Amino acid sequence: MKNRVIRGIPVSPSIAIGKVFLYSPKDITFKRIKKKGSVDEEICKFEKSRRKSLRQLRALKSELKKLPTKEPVRLIDIQILFLQDPLLLNSVEKRIRNNKEAAAEAILNLLESLKRDFQEIPDSYISERYLDVKDVGDRLLKNLGEDEIEMELKGHNNIVVAERLSPTETAQMSVDKVSGIVTERGGKTSHIAIIAEALNIPAVVGVNGLLNETESGDEIIVDGISGIVVVNPDENTKRTFEQKEKEAERIQKEFLKHKDLPATTIDGYSIDICANIELPMELGFIKKYGAKGVGLLRTEFLYLTSESIPDEDEQYRFYSEIARVCSPDYAIIRTLDLGGDKVFKTKTKEEANPFLGWRGIRFSISNNEIFRTQLRAILKASSKGNIRLLIPMVSQVEEMIEVRKIVKDIMKELKKEGHPFDENIEIGAMVEVPSVCLLADHFAKVVDFFSIGTNDLTQYTLAVDRGNKRVSGLYDHLDPSVLKLMRVTVEHAHHNNKWVGVCGGIAADIVAVPVLIGLEVDELSLPPSFIPQVKNVIRGLSLKEARELLTQAEKMRSATEVREFLKGELLKRFPSLKNILLEVEK
Amino acid sequence: MYQKKTKIKNSLGIHARPASMIVKLASKFESKVELEKDNIDVNAKSIMGVLMLASEKGQEIVVRACGEDEKEAVKAIVELIEKRKFDEE
Repeated sequence: MKNRVIRGIPVSPSIAIGKVFLYSPKDITFKRIKKKGSVDEEICKFEKSRRKSLRQLRALKSELKKLPTKEPVRLIDIQILFLQDPLLLNSVEKRIRNNKEAAAEAILNLLESLKRDFQEIPDSYISERYLDVKDVGDRLLKNLGEDEIEMELKGHNNIVVAERLSPTETAQMSVDKVSGIVTERGGKTSHIAIIAEALNIPAVVGVNGLLNETESGDEIIVDGISGIVVVNPDENTKRTFEQKEKEAERIQKEFLKHKDLPATTIDGYSIDICANIELPMELGFIKKYGAKGVGLLRTEFLYLTSESIPDEDEQYRFYSEIARVCSPDYAIIRTLDLGGDKVFKTKTKEEANPFLGWRGIRFSISNNEIFRTQLRAILKASSKGNIRLLIPMVSQVEEMIEVRKIVKDIMKELKKEGHPFDENIEIGAMVEVPSVCLLADHFAKVVDFFSIGTNDLTQYTLAVDRGNKRVSGLYDHLDPSVLKLMRVTVEHAHHNNKWVGVCGGIAADIVAVPVLIGLEVDELSLPPSFIPQVKNVIRGLSLKEARELLTQAEKMRSATEVREFLKGELLKRFPSLKNILLEVEK
Repeated sequence: MYQKKTKIKNSLGIHARPASMIVKLASKFESKVELEKDNIDVNAKSIMGVLMLASEKGQEIVVRACGEDEKEAVKAIVELIEKRKFDEE
């Protein structure tokens, strides 16, 4: 289809136009097995492919050993064992000898039967290992050299299109040949953002329906600024985006020059701009993009990349390092927010409504041991710099009271053990559930600050799962109802002398900047690479006009109206943003 | 032949990483090494086999070896499971 426009979540702000490279197509099918040889020839072919695969995996393993996390190495390790598994090797040989199958057929058929075997295992953690076997199988098939699908990246300007990309896969891509990444799955899969950012290429994730709309070789536009992907663009669209690409590059450079200027409006209203980060390797981005400390440190990766629960020491070391790098600015550490879209690798029971279920603080309070370990590590690290504590998925005042009790208890423990810590550590609540906004007056008595997570707040207010393509069009954090909830929160918080930050996707949306200033929030926290452009907008606004824009926006009846209105107003003030804000009609 | 009963003690059971550890360890010995759970025997040098046992915490398994270094093999694997708990805790 010509000029197909699909929307996703932008994770690295630049633009590229290139050819689709479909990574790991759903099924490698054999249009033609070149020539079936004799039994011995087929066995020899298989053995050659196996040895080649082993060599590749071992090389990859030594490459991955350089990464700070151990998990990718373990994944490769298990694949190496599969390639040496006597049972599996025997089955392939039997199929070739007794059933007279070609090497490729034998591998495909064996994969089919293993798939059934794995499906029978009730423990989902083990049954998912089929994916590793499948990976090995695909590699063997590739190395047989008989499939007609080109798996190697050729030439330049490849846009890698995939359902999802693991850190291992992303690490395997040859840097000089990839000019963009688009994935169907993934919300805040930060490793893609990190790698894309490090390589300075655009990336868009969570693009629903992507794989059904694209084929290898299609022309594709990736706009990592607005999160738009255009498949097979017409000449007109292509020209527009080529221009946007040039213009965006120029503007980003310009913005980056001013990254260290304070985020202060024309009339002297200042706000802190901090970074959202998750991985140790992102620490460098804080300075690079001019962030003032870390406004949101997600800690889920600690739990998701290792098979066992990370111990206190491991966490303590990581949090201390963050505190040290941010100092004298603060780092806000959010406790474990598992559940919902994230999956805990241990066997937790499936829930019918995970987003309304056992996640965030609800999970932590009932998993005392895990929670206390994390709190102890955070408190101990608070002696190394300026650390604040943030609690996710709060919906009831009692939860914050309980958290305070546990923290107090741990402080007593640490005192007895003689560990130093910050006795006045600030404890805040994430504002993600509308009940917290409406009862902010009560919450303000038991928290030191609020941090509004607009992604979940929007989901819960509009009852829209943004990962569900049938309804994701209804999702927009500029919905007037969301703005009103934010207003209530800020008013109550300030009335009680508590400060409010915003750490959701809205903070990186430049169209939304005027209303966030108008709300007079005290801090914005966003993915580092978006910071320069947001700062630039703030420095060109006045608090007075931002307040007026907010008042008008709140009177509107839909997010579409608000967005159009704000975009128009922004362009009046910043004509140079025209190309960055440009979108194509659906 | 030499064999010994043991119990899975680490909290996640024999998932991917412990399975890899067993296979790597078993492969260091000359003897044929097997694991048995609920009357099912698997080759301890096969990652596929060990994963298919799907052993969880608290379950009993038998470690069996046959060959010149059978005693050492069984002892090493039982120690990995019981004492070292796959170096998890």
